[in-house]
Amino acid sequence: MKSLAELQALRDEMKSKIGVRKDSEHRMRIVVGMATCGIAAGARPVLAACIKEVETRNLTDVVVSQTGCIGICQFEPVIEIYDADGNKTTYVHVTPEKVPKIFAQHVVNGSPVVEYTIGANAN
Amino acid sequence: MMQELSMNILDVAENSVRAGANLIEITVDEQPNADLLTITIVDNGCGMTAEQIRNVTDPFFTTRSTRKVGLGVPFFKMAAELTGGSFTIDSAPGRGTVVQAVFVRSSIDRMPLGSINETIETLIHANPTLDFVYTRRICENQLTLDTREFRRILAEVELNDPQVSKFIREFLAENTAELLDGSN
Repeated sequence: MKSLAELQALRDEMKSKIGVRKDSEHRMRIVVGMATCGIAAGARPVLAACIKEVETRNLTDVVVSQTGCIGICQFEPVIEIYDADGNKTTYVHVTPEKVPKIFAQHVVNGSPVVEYTIGANAN
Repeated sequence: MMQELSMNILDVAENSVRAGANLIEITVDEQPNADLLTITIVDNGCGMTAEQIRNVTDPFFTTRSTRKVGLGVPFFKMAAELTGGSFTIDSAPGRGTVVQAVFVRSSIDRMPLGSINETIETLIHANPTLDFVYTRRICENQLTLDTREFRRILAEVELNDPQVSKFIREFLAENTAELLDGSN
């Protein structure tokens, strides 16, 4: 059973490493639509998959967060990726299976996965 | 339509987030002897007027001007009532909101609880400035995750730090397994 003592140990270990992350230093922001439309379409496993990608790749300069209804319910689950300059890429009909490719190609290497974007799926 | 109760819980908790709550308490209480499963979501958000409460359970009166609610609450209410259970909202402006859904646990119409841990993990990770108290109770046994306790220990380390997220996931998985073991 995991205890809070283990959390204390984790915290001490993290503290000994320099550079605790600051929210203002994010290189990329990944936003998942989590309104009723998104949740019903399967946004929760998509958000969970994004969190796991950040964890396994230890992306300390990327933040995963959520928003309400983005307004394109028919395309849910939707994720929006904002780069440091505020440029936005919108991915539609996202599944947990698509998330690793989006991370490998876009989040890590900066090249959007065009076939998953709204532009490629609008019709 | 949601496929699992934990999706409804996530959806109702999102309403709490949008109501400006900074503390959201989620309790899943299973009492096999009484054949009941009770889900309670308590927040300290802006609350609702009597008129909003009346409208929130009716999908045809919910409009975009009351943006913090949608189809989610009617779904949740229907899911509870289909089992022979009940659904209540207790709220007032400035006093927060209590949503409670009671299910007849063995009803064939009761949706599975589903991945409640994923609901809790994603809520915490995506809302690192809010506090959550999650309690899962089976008979007399329970597990609790209180992010206020986590925050005290973590100090300047944030709740959505990748390593902390991993810890939270393992904490929920291991302690849930132990709780389910103990109840058999």
